[in-house]
Amino acid sequence: MITLDHVSKTYSTGAPALNDISLHIDPGEFVFIVGDSGSGKSTLIKLLLRELLPSSGQITVNGIDVGKLKHRQIPKYRRTLGVVFQDFRLLRDRNVYDNVAFAQRIIQTPGREIKKNVPSMLSTVGLAGKYKAKPKELSGGEQQRVALARALVNKPPILLADEPTGNLDPNNSWEIMKLFEEINATGTTVVVVTHNREIVNAMKKRVIAMNKGVIISDEEEGTYIDEAY
Amino acid sequence: MRHISTFFYTLRQGIANLFRNKWYSLASIATISSCLLMFGVFYSVVANFQYIVKMAQEGVSVTVFFDEGLSDQRIQEIGDIISARAEVARINFVSADEAWESFKEDYLGEYADGFGDDNPIADSANYEVYLNDVSRQDDLVHYLEGVDGVREVNHSEITANTLSGMNKLVSYVSLAIIGILLAVSMFLISNTVTIGISVRKEEINIMKYIGATDFFVRAPFVIEGILIGILGCAPPLIAIYFIYNRVIDYLSERFMMLSQLLKFLTIEQIFSILIPVSLAIGIGIGFIGSFSTVRKHIRV
Ligand SMILES: Nc1ncnc2c1ncn2[C@@H]1O[C@H](COP(=O)(O)OP(=O)(O)O)[C@@H](O)[C@H]1O
Ligand SMILES: [Mg+2]
Repeated sequence: MITLDHVSKTYSTGAPALNDISLHIDPGEFVFIVGDSGSGKSTLIKLLLRELLPSSGQITVNGIDVGKLKHRQIPKYRRTLGVVFQDFRLLRDRNVYDNVAFAQRIIQTPGREIKKNVPSMLSTVGLAGKYKAKPKELSGGEQQRVALARALVNKPPILLADEPTGNLDPNNSWEIMKLFEEINATGTTVVVVTHNREIVNAMKKRVIAMNKGVIISDEEEGTYIDEAY
Repeated sequence: MRHISTFFYTLRQGIANLFRNKWYSLASIATISSCLLMFGVFYSVVANFQYIVKMAQEGVSVTVFFDEGLSDQRIQEIGDIISARAEVARINFVSADEAWESFKEDYLGEYADGFGDDNPIADSANYEVYLNDVSRQDDLVHYLEGVDGVREVNHSEITANTLSGMNKLVSYVSLAIIGILLAVSMFLISNTVTIGISVRKEEINIMKYIGATDFFVRAPFVIEGILIGILGCAPPLIAIYFIYNRVIDYLSERFMMLSQLLKFLTIEQIFSILIPVSLAIGIGIGFIGSFSTVRKHIRV
């Protein structure tokens, strides 16, 4: 499903952010990516989103060579990836319903299907009854649920999350993670970048640990051990 | 079906964008309005100026008198020769009697009765020759003086030279002012667009992450830009509509003694050009402004 083959990424300034990374994620897997700040986790997510191109190496997602995509092919590729960020990235001026519906409008879903899919997705993430609220009227946990509903409403085969609980309290963090687990149970491949030691250790999933741009461990049912300690 | 619903969605979003960023929209509308107001005022002045010059030029005529006792047939021939000249717009035959009547009217008034029915200027039949290009008056006069049967050619040298000189001056000044206006407009608009960028950058980024195509992201902004352009046209046109006639009235009154020379265009004549041109400029600026702003941020 996701394959990185000797991938490196060096920003125009400074040392490589990713240094010769190779990894493989199968369809339906649930993977945590952990590591100190600056170890290259976000860079990895950006490469998968084709926000950045690798300096060398090859990235394959769903059989697509991501580095070879032409500009006009990128939108279609991105629709196969649901994505959630630490800072939610909702459209501020639109209400909850429109934020989620936006993802459906992009793929030209007929109006009456949008009217069915969006409420059903919102109730899945536990937000039924808040359709009309603007993002700033919601708590962090609620905003992240909207973002998650938006990421999932088009039923992408892969969900990417870059520190999704970074701005949330422990309770909300747990609930978001539970949602990820449910989504994974329906067959979606889930890749979660996180700092949250407690959750990683409790959930017993595959854990890929990174440090200074390289993978330092990759274990099934792994735990979050910090090399620095 | 799908495309129609996308079209209406885009249209709704374009309109919604106007209200989402109220201050940006207002600033943009104000910018376009002030550019168009400058343009409208300038156009009104220049159009009237050229109209006055044109009217004055059309009034400029060369008068051709004939040799004593010249045959009607030869007079007719001379008329044909003159009409055939490229710089001649039209000619008008004035018989001796008509010339006398008009002379009486203009200069003698009630004293004319003393002359009874006699026409003291019996040889004053003439052609009034009107030119389509005053600057070629000298050539024409020179040519006419050489025509067989022509006794005398009268013309007013000063008027012709002044008018064609003035016309040139107006053209140069117009060009210079249009240049300055364009530069000022560009500066104002690029400033307004830059203000809008910070708001849009984040929004565009998010849309692109979710997999929106460039077209889908850009279309509502472009519609918004076009709407801003159209809205920006209204205030200057309304302002000019109300101010124009007052200014014309004031000028006509103030320069009463020049009323023969000062002929102004009507507001309808001004608007027949100003409305379509303003709309074109407003829509063009709105379109280019929003299109290029989004373009800068769409390569995500
Ligand atoms: N846009 C950028 N330009 C230059 N350097 C960057 C940029 N983004 C990240 N980096 C550098 O790349 C390294 C990895 O960053 P990042 O992938 O954000 O790490 P993480 O998400 O694990 O904290 C860091 O040293 C960071 O300073
Ligand atoms: Mg990061």
